[in-house]
Amino acid sequence: MNDSQMRRVYLDHNATTPVHPEVLGAMLPYYKEKFGNASSIHGFGKEIKVALEESREKVAKSINATSNEIYFTGGGTESDNLAIKGTAFANRKKGKHIITSKIEHHAILESCKFLEKEGFEIAYLPVDKSGFVDPDDLKKALRKDTILVSIMYANNEVGTIEPVEELAKIAKDNGVYFHTDAVQAMGKIPADVQKLNVDMLSVSGHKIYGPKGVGAIYIRKGTRIIPWSHGGSHERSRRAGTENVPGIVGLAKALEIVHKEMEEQSKHLRNLTETFYRKLTQAIPDVFLNGHLEKRIPNTLSLSFKAVEGESIILSLDLKGVAVSTGSACASGSLEPSHVLSAMGIAPELAQAAIRFSFGRDNTMEDVDYVVKILPEIVSRLRSMSPLYANK
Amino acid sequence: MYSAKVMDHFQNPRNVGQIENPDGVGHVGNPVCGDIMELYIKVEDNHIIEAKFKTFGCGAAIATSSMITELVKGKSLEDAEKISKRTVAEALDGLPPNKMHCSNLAADALQKAIEDYRSRKKNI
Ligand SMILES: Cc1ncc(COP(=O)(O)O)c(C=O)c1O
Ligand code: FES
Repeated sequence: MNDSQMRRVYLDHNATTPVHPEVLGAMLPYYKEKFGNASSIHGFGKEIKVALEESREKVAKSINATSNEIYFTGGGTESDNLAIKGTAFANRKKGKHIITSKIEHHAILESCKFLEKEGFEIAYLPVDKSGFVDPDDLKKALRKDTILVSIMYANNEVGTIEPVEELAKIAKDNGVYFHTDAVQAMGKIPADVQKLNVDMLSVSGHKIYGPKGVGAIYIRKGTRIIPWSHGGSHERSRRAGTENVPGIVGLAKALEIVHKEMEEQSKHLRNLTETFYRKLTQAIPDVFLNGHLEKRIPNTLSLSFKAVEGESIILSLDLKGVAVSTGSACASGSLEPSHVLSAMGIAPELAQAAIRFSFGRDNTMEDVDYVVKILPEIVSRLRSMSPLYANK
Repeated sequence: MYSAKVMDHFQNPRNVGQIENPDGVGHVGNPVCGDIMELYIKVEDNHIIEAKFKTFGCGAAIATSSMITELVKGKSLEDAEKISKRTVAEALDGLPPNKMHCSNLAADALQKAIEDYRSRKKNI
């Protein structure tokens, strides 16, 4: 079968999503006639400034913040870097202790590693077998010199939703700032910064049908934080650099859409993933769920296929037009088993056998049926080659 | 990212399986990534007349396993011993840089299988 005939099914939405047509439509004028620089005082600049502030208002509204608490960045990674390093350096007179978890995205973990070299001390909280951080562990880890807690809202590899509200309350009761990486949670579960009681929250455009290379961070009024990039006085001096206006307009539009359609999409995605899980586990023996079937973002399923290495499944599915990944896209070049699955205590052979299926708004039940149809043969072929699988 | 040859051997691996009453077995694990390979050989007149494998591993691991069973067939033990991970990788038109270690698996399994054959012979 050639490529044009083959069905193509994209199940890697946690890596990135296609730009929603309405988002693209909203962005285009800002590449064409509305090209001005928001900092200019002439008419070309002023209309851009207006668009920028309208976008800020939209983002604020989607998370129940005020617009002067929203700062645009170059993506989720940059938002995370600013939250961790900016807060650390602004508060180091108070203390040098930071608490995070073992299953954070590398944007957080590598920022923390950098801080360790700068003399900060980092506590990495463990997770249980489903990937949950235990609030009691946070209580125990807090010290007098703790300045920041950062725990993700939803995990990108297994989809587990962390008890952020409870964790943030513990931090707040102890006078410690709380940041959450909500990159994978946005548009999938409610993210209300007042209800969650977080001081900072990171957002990325390309996970929510917006453009790549643009993100935002919510920083609660009064939070002590220093900028991480220096230059002009853009973003009220917290993030220098001429704003990526088309990107920002796109991000805001995307957030508006996913926020508005969350309930309906959530139902759609839960239906697809639950059906997929049920049918697949009926069709293939020895498949194990990594994470929690209920408390997960509705689009994400991480499954381990006993005795079959993940990459060999990805390659086989790719040959049939289906796109999935092993863990985080950024880690797929690496040979180490996923740090998330290791932290969950998944045995190495099962961690190596994990595949992340992340569904999106355009997926259909036919997509589910197609993958359920082709995957059993792929798995049994690979198992017949595997020294770890006793053929029955 | 893989060459067409790697993909061919991945999709249509040659000589998958086990040999009953093999003359030598090489069982190796890749310490870098945890992948595992078993290689079985049958030897007659100092020549490898049959080779089969089972592998739990990435695309490159499966392709190199398949390729090495082809490369050894009919070779004298001395010639087979000279097959290095480079030889296997080259026979597959190369491997991506971060996948070079995968060819260790096949090369090591071969050395182990030959060692196993020799030690069995000694003990007869
Ligand atoms: C949980 C999480 N945080 C941060 C990021 C990084 O976001 P970006 O790709 O916009 O830099 C990602 C994306 O891979 C993610 O999944
Ligand atoms: S990654 Fe393990 S052998 Fe290739």
